[in-house]
Amino acid sequence: MTQAPPRQGGFIARNRAAHPAALHPPYKTSILRSPRAALLAFPSSLSEETGPVFGQGLLGPLDADMITNFAAPGESAIGPRIIVHGRVLDETGRGVPGALVEVWQANAGGRYRHAKEGYLAPLDPNFGGCGRCLTDAEGFYEFRSIMPGPYPWPNGGNDWRPAHIHFSLFGPSFAQRLITQMYFEGDPLIPLCPILGGVTDPAALSRLIATLDMKATIPMDSRAFRFDMVLRGRRQSVFENRKEGL
Amino acid sequence: MQDLIETASQTAGPYVHIGCTPNVAGIAMYGGDLGAVMRTGPVQGEEITIIGAVHDGMGAVLKDALVEIWQADAAGLFNTPHERRGKADPNFTGFGRSAGDMQSGEFTFHTVKPGRVPWPDGRLQAPHASLWIVARGINIGLQTRLYFEDEAEANAQDPILSRIEHRGRAQTLIARRTAPGLYRFDIHLQGPQETLFLDI
Repeated sequence: MTQAPPRQGGFIARNRAAHPAALHPPYKTSILRSPRAALLAFPSSLSEETGPVFGQGLLGPLDADMITNFAAPGESAIGPRIIVHGRVLDETGRGVPGALVEVWQANAGGRYRHAKEGYLAPLDPNFGGCGRCLTDAEGFYEFRSIMPGPYPWPNGGNDWRPAHIHFSLFGPSFAQRLITQMYFEGDPLIPLCPILGGVTDPAALSRLIATLDMKATIPMDSRAFRFDMVLRGRRQSVFENRKEGL
Repeated sequence: MQDLIETASQTAGPYVHIGCTPNVAGIAMYGGDLGAVMRTGPVQGEEITIIGAVHDGMGAVLKDALVEIWQADAAGLFNTPHERRGKADPNFTGFGRSAGDMQSGEFTFHTVKPGRVPWPDGRLQAPHASLWIVARGINIGLQTRLYFEDEAEANAQDPILSRIEHRGRAQTLIARRTAPGLYRFDIHLQGPQETLFLDI
């Protein structure tokens, strides 16, 4: 006998203590770009509980391979070869299938391919710096890249970003939209970073740091790093009073 | 059931366009940018354009923001397989993403006027679109809503607009109709005109 799936209720309230505050003065740009008034809380409706859903038809064969997806034929990006993989879960512990994961990063020298970027490290002609993939039926994802370099940025007099990869995530609901950054285990710049300093909960900070995964490392080819992410979850209760179809 | 905690947000940074709108950033990828086109064919309802900008606490326009929109079609249905109330207009995605103009910072969405979507208790909400704003200096993506000036009657009964304690702030969610089919919506991150952001 099969059980009916649990009824989905509204979104579990966001645990903002696990996020950086909007205003974190050591990160100077946040000073003029942080709202000062309280946010308005309300029960989620279909507008928040639905969201765009993307299918495999969106993806090209090289989208998840940043080593080759911008390279000339037969060429590849310069830098230590890595695989980044993991699982996207929701707060109830279930894998999130079909989640669009978009990533972007600097090249091995710490330089982004962007008109407004002026760092003196050179561009790599074979590295664009973006990739994307969809999670599988259990929420797992994987892409291939090169290790991004750390780089200096104008904030304090001598601030350096730890090596990182930016992640943008779509769950099935617009309320789950999330952008975050993945860091690398053992990077000595992590405790010095004014942006990461906004994450004051040590456990939340540690969850942003990918760990070396020797089991997934491909011998004589690429090291692997594991990075799991958690999106917001919805209550599962037969007692939540919601009209059918909502 | 496991009890996990949402991954901490981090700023989208100054180069969000490399990842989310690479073609705008000058990186030819993916055969086009996600969310660049919301109307993929002849659509039902009124075609409208929404133009706006994101302003910082000193009134300067952000030129490195990314704004996303998610909304129902003209009949109030969402274009997602999770929509159980009917079938949305197949020529309208409901999702848009704008990097903003590199010179002016203005974002633009060519969309349709959304229909009404029910609140959890069955009441109808006023026509609206959900917006999500990220940029350098924004540590956690900002959610807000856009309502329409020319829907005064529906707006007056809307469950969210009507629960805003400081009535003046409700006006920050109302797009102005500047011409037939054209709406203006400015987002103020801070200051006396600060947009009402949502904790959803």
